Amino acid sequence: MIPEDTVVDPMYFVVLATILFSIGAVAVLLRRNAIVALLGVELMLNASNLLFVAFARSHRDVSGQALAFFVMVVAAAEVVVGLALIITLFRSRQTISLDEPMDLRG
Amino acid sequence: MLSVTWLAIAAPLGSAAVLLLGGRRLDRWGHWLAVAASTTSAVVGVGVMADLLSRSDRAVQQHLFDWIPGGELEVSAGLLVDPLSVSFLLLVGVVGTLIHVYSVAYMEGDPRRRTFFAYLNLFVAAMLLLVLADSYLLLFVGWEGVGLASYLLIGFWNQNPPFASAANKAFVVNRIGDVGLVLALGLMFAHLGSVDFAGVFASAPTASEGVLTAIGLMLLLAACGKSAQFPLQSWLGDAMAGPTPVSALIHAATMVTAGVYLIVRSGPVYAGAPTALLLVAIVGAITLLFGAVVGMAKDDIKRVLAASTISQIGYMMLAAGLGPVGFAFAIFHLITHGFFKAGLFLGAGSVMHGMGDQVDMRRFGGLATLMKVTWVTMGLGWLAILGVPPFSGFWSKDRIIEVAFIGEGMKPWLLGGAALLGAGLTAYYMSRLFFMTFHGKGRWTEGQHPHEASALMTVPMIILAVGSAALGLIFAIGDSFVTWLEPVTGHVTHEDPVLAVPVIMTLTLVLVALGIGLAYRQYALLPVPETAPVASLAVQAARKDLYQDSVNSVLLEYPGQTLTRTLVFADAKVVDGAVNAVAAGTVGLGGLVRRLQAGRVRSYAAMMLVGVVVVLGIVILAINGKGWF
Repeated sequence: MIPEDTVVDPMYFVVLATILFSIGAVAVLLRRNAIVALLGVELMLNASNLLFVAFARSHRDVSGQALAFFVMVVAAAEVVVGLALIITLFRSRQTISLDEPMDLRG
Repeated sequence: MLSVTWLAIAAPLGSAAVLLLGGRRLDRWGHWLAVAASTTSAVVGVGVMADLLSRSDRAVQQHLFDWIPGGELEVSAGLLVDPLSVSFLLLVGVVGTLIHVYSVAYMEGDPRRRTFFAYLNLFVAAMLLLVLADSYLLLFVGWEGVGLASYLLIGFWNQNPPFASAANKAFVVNRIGDVGLVLALGLMFAHLGSVDFAGVFASAPTASEGVLTAIGLMLLLAACGKSAQFPLQSWLGDAMAGPTPVSALIHAATMVTAGVYLIVRSGPVYAGAPTALLLVAIVGAITLLFGAVVGMAKDDIKRVLAASTISQIGYMMLAAGLGPVGFAFAIFHLITHGFFKAGLFLGAGSVMHGMGDQVDMRRFGGLATLMKVTWVTMGLGWLAILGVPPFSGFWSKDRIIEVAFIGEGMKPWLLGGAALLGAGLTAYYMSRLFFMTFHGKGRWTEGQHPHEASALMTVPMIILAVGSAALGLIFAIGDSFVTWLEPVTGHVTHEDPVLAVPVIMTLTLVLVALGIGLAYRQYALLPVPETAPVASLAVQAARKDLYQDSVNSVLLEYPGQTLTRTLVFADAKVVDGAVNAVAAGTVGLGGLVRRLQAGRVRSYAAMMLVGVVVVLGIVILAINGKGWF
């Protein structure tokens, strides 16, 4: 169990997580470099992780922490796939700019 | 020979298959294979008749194989060998073989002679299947087969568009009759529970008169289509587009008489349907006058003969419509007509052969001395069709006229009068044909050198001419033919006509003499103009087949076309319109949505973000609205 006296107002975590999430989202939307976009995704995932852990603490419920582990595992897998995609992209087009590949155009 | 009756059908069918599939290597001798196949049928026919004559039971049913074994509905394919079908077997076999031989010479030089003989053999096989079948369903197979062969042979020279459309016309008009036969088959299934002759005839006496009348009328419709009877006679004149041997075999001697066969075969059905039977006689009487009137005005030698065929089949239908008393004479006339009309057609073919395919009788004349064999053989056919004693027609046609006078009330006077008048008209138009072609002054176009055809053509003509001369007398001695047919038509007690027989005979002969005399004065003594003179309205109408084509156009063709056009319009605008509108709408919507799929990964990400924000916003607003917080 989590001790009572160490509880911090969860609002701080929410604000911090919001800032982290926004930075991540902006990085994904505005940067052309695929690696930076991937980092932005990571940042967003970790913002949500932070909230999971913070609320787990304030609600005294460990299931939030368990979910945070899940997210980490998923994030690790996602990084593997993402980096692999980026390498393949680079091999075929000699660039990792996200604006370059237009094959998805409908 | 009874056990190999099937060979009569199988031989020409197999030969047709070989000729169609064999290719060009058969071009040199393929026609002789066809002649051999047809001869086989004739020989089988003779053998079967000999076997039948030596038996006391003269109706043999032969089971071939189970055709449609379907639970309660079981149809087997079998042959019915009795005097009626054997008469046809012999007619088709003998006349068919003679015409095959004639065709070998007539079609010489035609690049598709092998195909021609394949079709001719196909016809013989289908016709024999039609007459030998032991059920209406199997008969229908042959019925359609002869229709197909007729279509293929009328349109044999289909590189000529009018010939191709003549074939189409024959096919379409025949189709109307075929619908009648299909409906009759359906009625038999539904009400009599069977389609084989034995089953239908066994349950016919117990069926209601309404059902039998309906079946009889549908069979009459079928007969009208196939036998070119009023009002479905319009196709036969155009069918003369086919090669002349085809006209002789299919459109004079055999196929067009299938309707008469159908009526006579269905005698037990008509026995319970006097109204339908009376209608058969009326149709026959109308047609025999109709054909005769048209025949008087035509200048095309083959069309005169076609009109004459329509008229003569009218006689047969009239006889068949008189019931059992006339059945035997209908078939008697059918057989003699098969011989003399085939002979006349082959003669016409020989004349055309010698005159460079000229068919206009106004450009013939004076051929008697140049084409002696044709002159004599056609002369015998001419005397036979006129009913001059002792030639064939006298024995068959005069008996029909006599029988038409049997009965009570108005009926014998009307039917008999029509038959009597028809005999006079026949004498006139056939004498007109004969005198215009062989007598008077030659009115040939320049550069024509009329000549007699080769022996391959003249020998069949001579045999047919002998048949036309003698067959009637042979059949009439001791009423042998009527007795021979008795197992099918039933024994008929003799009735006296309303006029004494010698009076009818004298009247007929006087009318015939009158017809010959008028034609002789006008076409042998007086000069014949080389182009058709302007004529009275009646003659003009007859030249145009009494406007039957126009009537068909107005009554059937135009309403049909209008209906079709309306349906096509509705299909194109309403049905297709709805389908096309849905498709166009989907495409338009796709075009709008397509702009979003620009292929920019970052704009997709932005859209996802906006979407998530919007959804979350809605969720939060909804939760707040519910007052959960």
